[in-house]
Amino acid sequence: MRKLLFLLPVLAFLALATWFALALRPDHDPRELPSALLDKPAPDFVLPSLAGGEPVSLASLHGQVVVLNFFASWCVPCRVEHPILMRLAAQEKLPLVGVAYKDKVEDSRRILTQLGDPYRAIAVDAEGRLGIDFGVYGVPETYVIDKSGRIRKRFVGPLAPDVVERELLPLLRELNRS
Amino acid sequence: MIIEIGHFALILALCVALCQATIPLIGVARGNYGAMLVGTTGALGQFLLVAVAMAALMHAYVTSDFSVINVIENSHTDKPLLYKITGVWGNHEGSMLLWVFMLALCGAAVASFSNNLPPALRALVLSVQGMIAVGFLSFILLTSNPFLRTATPPANGQGLNPVLQDPGLAFHPPFLYLGYVGFSVSFAFAVAALIEGRVDAAWARWVRPWALASWCALTVGIALGSWWAYYTLGWGGWWFWDPVENASLMPWLAGTALIHSSIVVEKRNALKSWTILLAIITFSLSLVGTFLVRSGVLSSVHAFAVDPARGMFILLLLMVAIGGSLLLFALRAPALQPGGVFAPISREGALVLNNLLLATAAATVFLGTLYPLFLDVMGGDKLTVGAPFFNKTFGPLMVPVLIAMVVGPMLAWKRGDLAAVMQRLWLAFAGALAAAVLAYILAGGSHVLALLGLGLAGWTGTGVLVEWADRVQLFRTGLGNSWRRALGMPRAAHGMTLAHFGLAITVAGISATAFDIELIDTVKIGGTLPLGQYQITLEKVEQQQGPNYIADNATIVVREGGTVIATMHPQRRFFTLQQQTTSQTAIRTGIGADLYVALGDPADATTWTVRAFWKPLVSWIWFGALVMAFGGLVSLSDRRWRVGVAQKFRRAPVAATAGE
Repeated sequence: MRKLLFLLPVLAFLALATWFALALRPDHDPRELPSALLDKPAPDFVLPSLAGGEPVSLASLHGQVVVLNFFASWCVPCRVEHPILMRLAAQEKLPLVGVAYKDKVEDSRRILTQLGDPYRAIAVDAEGRLGIDFGVYGVPETYVIDKSGRIRKRFVGPLAPDVVERELLPLLRELNRS
Repeated sequence: MIIEIGHFALILALCVALCQATIPLIGVARGNYGAMLVGTTGALGQFLLVAVAMAALMHAYVTSDFSVINVIENSHTDKPLLYKITGVWGNHEGSMLLWVFMLALCGAAVASFSNNLPPALRALVLSVQGMIAVGFLSFILLTSNPFLRTATPPANGQGLNPVLQDPGLAFHPPFLYLGYVGFSVSFAFAVAALIEGRVDAAWARWVRPWALASWCALTVGIALGSWWAYYTLGWGGWWFWDPVENASLMPWLAGTALIHSSIVVEKRNALKSWTILLAIITFSLSLVGTFLVRSGVLSSVHAFAVDPARGMFILLLLMVAIGGSLLLFALRAPALQPGGVFAPISREGALVLNNLLLATAAATVFLGTLYPLFLDVMGGDKLTVGAPFFNKTFGPLMVPVLIAMVVGPMLAWKRGDLAAVMQRLWLAFAGALAAAVLAYILAGGSHVLALLGLGLAGWTGTGVLVEWADRVQLFRTGLGNSWRRALGMPRAAHGMTLAHFGLAITVAGISATAFDIELIDTVKIGGTLPLGQYQITLEKVEQQQGPNYIADNATIVVREGGTVIATMHPQRRFFTLQQQTTSQTAIRTGIGADLYVALGDPADATTWTVRAFWKPLVSWIWFGALVMAFGGLVSLSDRRWRVGVAQKFRRAPVAATAGE
């Protein structure tokens, strides 16, 4: 009995080591932040359009796959991401819808005139309400919404080229097929 | 050329470590004294070789040799010289080299200062040190080699993370690593004792100075890191319960338990297998910490570049080192002779309580740190465990630690009289009450827990002094007599008083953080903000050119009721190379309180965000830690540890005329 007690530390350690080994799987990334809304219907919204005219709403986008991108003129990482969005909109015909997050309308317009506009439509979320509904950590953040209006994927931070190739584009192809 | 010398030296160090790990073992098995001595030569040789490797890498940094990939990735010609040197360990590969350098340093120290050890024990200890070195040297050479070259050197490097460009980098990692790695010596002693199957008072007396020295270094290392975070990050905190911080706190807690339980082994020949286990666990926690920081399984602010291959390698090292030693423990420890018996109320009893509480505290931190990982691997929710968990669990555990800390040293060995001790401690009760009441008068009753904490600090501080005064019979005999008694006392006793008093100071500092006053606001140039009884005026913000950054240098005048009490210059530094901004806070440190001002982002051309704190007693946190470490050093200077001296006297009684 006493001998078993002395075995306890090494057994506890073996359990711990197994756990560590599981945590080292290549697909495990502690920095990944899945959305709490994953596979749930995206929050509905009707917001003024940056271009003026018809308001942008989720209902109007129904039936198509949408990539919703939260951005702001004051956001430095958005500038990093911007050339990638421009390329994707031009080459891959990415169905990009922008949300100008907590930003002045004239500032958002100015930055898009300066850098180019990759978006098909842009909703103005001046108060950041939609950001709260989606659970946005900070800009930029990107959500993929499928044809039935469900959130299928969330990307926190600027989209990196390798993530686009490895995750975003395959997902879009798959969603468009179904 | 110099880089290749460093590279070869490191490879040679691995070969030497292989010899150091194996040949002394054979020597012990066959009783061959010459083979045992290879441990000593090997340890010294290994230190020399790793030192050459370290110097070679440092040379590459100082001369900005951009043919070395590690230098490209972490250095730049514009970087000030200090950061070229400290930048050597400001990255994964270099810091592993520092780790191994510290390991070699400890090995060389054991080889040089333990002529008094029985040759077989010394050979075993150095052999275990050699095994650890084999593991980590091959880790560096196979997965994290800092000496790799590129055929196409760029014109300049990518520079060092601006946050690390601070004098703190010169001191914090070396002390921290010395602490972590220093515990490898007590680990080696524990493994050697298990192999030999003998643990006695002499063993405890040999292992304790090493554990104590590592504990001092770790204490200083953690305190420096906390202070660095406080003055450099600009949000006024000093401990964030970040996984990497916890990784340093866990070995500290276990090491603290170790230096206490080894007293029981030395004095009373009890708690032997527990002490062995603690010695193994303390170093194991250092290793687990290394794994957590460098494998990327947890997300942390301190994370190094993530590479699963490295994680797997360290995990294998853990399996061999921790799994192997614990297996040895399971096989050999049951055979250790149990030692002296004692009543629950006794000095031993108090030390056992201290050990139980510290071990529980370490386990709590361990659970809190790893719980997110466990849940994540199970496919559960993503979450982080933060300050609320640790404050609610770790805090209450420290209350009985502090209470018992005062009572324990006053109890007799074997069987103590608690009631009598409590009577002698009336002054400590008064001290606790005085501290709490004083805090209530000064700060009000809005933070009951903080008042409680300050009361505990008062209890501990006075109690520790009462115990010391008791020993020297202060005021009960003449002052001269007390002085002579104090001189006659072993240094270890003074060391204990100092270290315990240091903890009281730290606890007071931590408790008082509840009374912080914080202010974050935007202010126009010339405008004034109120902070408690102070008025803070932003006079101007000027641009300054630094060696590798552009700074916005603010001039902030602090007034108290119209009189200027300080002019402070917080800065915002923009590092052009990395396109990154850091905050250079301005702190006016006082014994009573710190004034802390950080300059935030500009809202527009003339409006700036200013973050200011009034932090009572905050500097006590680190001052207390330094006092603790100093207490450890005083204890280390006790002649009882210099067993070599005693043995030389025994061997040559003729020479021992001077009665030291």
